Amino acid sequence: MSDAPIALGGVAGPTAATTPARAPFRWSRFFHWMVEANVVMVTALAIFSGLFVGAILIIVTQANVLHAWAGLFSHPGTTVSVTFFTVGDAYRDLFTGSLGDPFVIGHAIHTGQGWTQALTPISETLLYASPLCIAGLAVGLGFRTGMFNIGGQGQLIAGAMAASYVGFEINPPAIIHVPLCILAGFAGGAVAGFVPGFLKARTGAHEVIVTIMLNYVFLDLLVLALTTQPFQQPHQQNAIGRMIFQSAELPRIFGHNLRVNVGVLVAIACALGVSWLLRRGTLGFGFRVVGANQDAARVAGINIRRSTILVLVISGGLAGLAGMVSLCGSDYFLSSGYGGTVGFDCITVALLGRNRPIGIVLGSLLFAALNVGGRYMQASTGIPLDLASVIQAIIVFFVATPGLVNEVYRLRGMNVGQGLLTRGWAA
Amino acid sequence: MKLELSGITKTFGSLVADDHVDLTVEPGEIHALLGENGAGKTTLMNVLFGLMHPDSGEIMLDGEAVRFADPGAAVRHGIGMVHQHFMLVPVFSVAENVALGFEPTRRFGLLDRRKARDEILRISHEFGLEVEPEAIVEELPVGVQQRVEILKALSRDAHLLILDEPTSVLTPQETEGLFEIMRSLAASGRSILFITHKLKEVLAIADRITVMRLGAVIGTTTPQTTTESELASMMVGRTVELVVQKEPARPGDVVLAVEDLTVVDPRGLTVVDHISFDVHAGEILAIAGVQGNGQTEIEEALCGLIEAAEGRVTLLGRDITRATPKARLRAGIAHVPEDRVRDGLVVSMTIADNLILDVFDVAPHARFGARNLGEVKRSGEEKLADFDIRASSTDMLVSTLSGGNQQKVIVARELSRSTTLLVAAQPTRGLDVGSIEYVHKRIVEERDRGTAVVIISSELDEVLALGDRIAVVYRGRIMETVDPTVGREKIGLLMAGITGDGAGSVPPAGTTSGTDR
Repeated sequence: MSDAPIALGGVAGPTAATTPARAPFRWSRFFHWMVEANVVMVTALAIFSGLFVGAILIIVTQANVLHAWAGLFSHPGTTVSVTFFTVGDAYRDLFTGSLGDPFVIGHAIHTGQGWTQALTPISETLLYASPLCIAGLAVGLGFRTGMFNIGGQGQLIAGAMAASYVGFEINPPAIIHVPLCILAGFAGGAVAGFVPGFLKARTGAHEVIVTIMLNYVFLDLLVLALTTQPFQQPHQQNAIGRMIFQSAELPRIFGHNLRVNVGVLVAIACALGVSWLLRRGTLGFGFRVVGANQDAARVAGINIRRSTILVLVISGGLAGLAGMVSLCGSDYFLSSGYGGTVGFDCITVALLGRNRPIGIVLGSLLFAALNVGGRYMQASTGIPLDLASVIQAIIVFFVATPGLVNEVYRLRGMNVGQGLLTRGWAA
Repeated sequence: MKLELSGITKTFGSLVADDHVDLTVEPGEIHALLGENGAGKTTLMNVLFGLMHPDSGEIMLDGEAVRFADPGAAVRHGIGMVHQHFMLVPVFSVAENVALGFEPTRRFGLLDRRKARDEILRISHEFGLEVEPEAIVEELPVGVQQRVEILKALSRDAHLLILDEPTSVLTPQETEGLFEIMRSLAASGRSILFITHKLKEVLAIADRITVMRLGAVIGTTTPQTTTESELASMMVGRTVELVVQKEPARPGDVVLAVEDLTVVDPRGLTVVDHISFDVHAGEILAIAGVQGNGQTEIEEALCGLIEAAEGRVTLLGRDITRATPKARLRAGIAHVPEDRVRDGLVVSMTIADNLILDVFDVAPHARFGARNLGEVKRSGEEKLADFDIRASSTDMLVSTLSGGNQQKVIVARELSRSTTLLVAAQPTRGLDVGSIEYVHKRIVEERDRGTAVVIISSELDEVLALGDRIAVVYRGRIMETVDPTVGREKIGLLMAGITGDGAGSVPPAGTTSGTDR
């Protein structure tokens, strides 16, 4: 990953210590970096493109804006202002609904009152982002090691089921109960990940097919469990799970009124853990070698079967943790179709974050912000939540096709020339 | 067709790939362009074929200046190129591949298969290029696929044929076949530009030889007025030892003992057939043979990559027949695999990571499951210097290295462990003269340090240069283990499965069939 350009702005400790005589900051270099095709720039432009297309959609779908455009030649001023204000309001709501209203926050700082109201949006965004981030890490870890784990949904359900079982079946103090639920969530997902891993290692069954099919297995297994004991809520005809005990709930971090909870810390720990595993862990290095070149891995004495199984066990375990975090963090009981689209959105998040832990953290935050903010936008302006989904889709679309971004924004791509040069050397 | 290149210059940033290159190819001439990897040969050909545009200089065909905007323009001017990596559609038939791009059509845009087929047969007959037009390309041997590429160029009426490293994928027999085709093409008045870094081939086939080094033409000569060592020093820029300097071996105890080793491939064919041999400490056993006679399987069985159906392999008296690859590495087997990019390297990872690919999880490179990246970098830099790997940093991806430097990365990794047995398969395939010299030197040094060495090679020169004893394999069996002094003819015949009675004397062609095994 081309992290180097980022060092232009921020000063990394060790770098500054070892090279005191840094080159002075020069605008020409900064500009050069701006027009260079790199990960940060492409992602930023992809987000901009998503918002731009979203603005066009607002214009063509909102009746009042269209009406104003009908009068473009008679009242051009009205057209421009209506367009501007409608789009502006929508995006303002998207922003304040997900990160908070600067005025409300300012008021809270001055008076010390109304903190709950000021921080609710960011709390909701973090709450939404946590499971998405953990599940995104599960997918990203798989992608980095050549394993396409599409079974996030099934593993998430397995983890949530295991966590909920531990959550309602026993009732120790929270200090013991919460860690037990975390372990159970990981274990549930790990078992669900072990199945495709084992099948691939032993029989060569492709993990994509097995994991996709297992999603259906776990979805239906969940329905079955929710209609039978011990999972079903007593005295209920519907497929609703039992409530977990309060001691199993993930403690809220900033008081009872803000829903953000320890799940955020779990997500951060997972990101750090995966990052460490891939960068520093011998296990992760083995995974990466197997993912990049199985033949070379075999020749180098790496046990490919073990590696295959372990990757899917860890990846599945992470997805299970994601299920546990949303169950013990905000839902407290299972329902059919548990997890919703998180099991698939996490693939998008991994893609958005280019399978790097830091990218996945940021990607899940963006995704969560668009969703939480989108709901607020829908409530206050009537622009449907689907618009936020469209913006998400377009951002991912552009991130996934850097060549297109380079083309649209005419970034100076180094790749073409270097590719040809390399071919020359290789002769 | 007469080709003249004058003053061609092409730069990539600060790198001058071609520096005022002049080159003339006469009609009906086989002109060899010789140079090490990175000398600028391929760039020059890309310029000539319209894939790149020169910064300055002129291309003249039959005295007329031309400029090619793209390869299509070059083809229309009668230039044909056979790339090192074939540009064929594997699932198409020969006829379909040849017709691709200028499909002869009948009414309603239907492909005229018969016409394409007739065209292929006409050209095949004219130049002795035997190919079955209906055969599917991916099912053909490499040598025949190459013929399809040549056919493709000829069917587009090429009068100047560029062959980029055409022999690097061929067996000696296939190479001879290619040379015959080249001669008949030249006889018909077509010009051939033959790019290579193999000296023997150049002397065997070329009418004239142009040598390039570091983007510039060093000189043009003819096979009659030059020698292999002269060409080598022109290429490398210093005197090169083509003969490996080595003392007679002082064999010690048996290190590797192979008894009745048998390997059955997935199709149920016995590819290694009850082979037995010993290798002593401090000697090099060269396993010679034409590609595909079981050598690859011997290599893989020794390193634990495929299972032995029968037999025993012992290393220093320990039975390792069923040991995992890792156990064998830890027991001191160093392995330079045949296909370095597929089996030896992870090209998408850095040089430092590749240098510790098989010891990444042990001290000092790791402790308690955590990698010691500082140590990895430090030891990587040490090896970079020790093994003369030409790279600016250990953080560079291996994919950016030349073949020679990639091979040095593997050699550096394998020889950095304490080794009791070195198994090297085709250790210098595709390398330039300088790198070959280096790798050979290292292997001999390893032998002198008391390591038992097994070299598996289909290059007779290499086998003769390195082997203290030579075991010749044919159809999965060892024909005979001979001393290198018995001479090329004897070993060549053994490679073809012929056990002559008098060593060194070649029986007349007619009588050999009777003595075939």
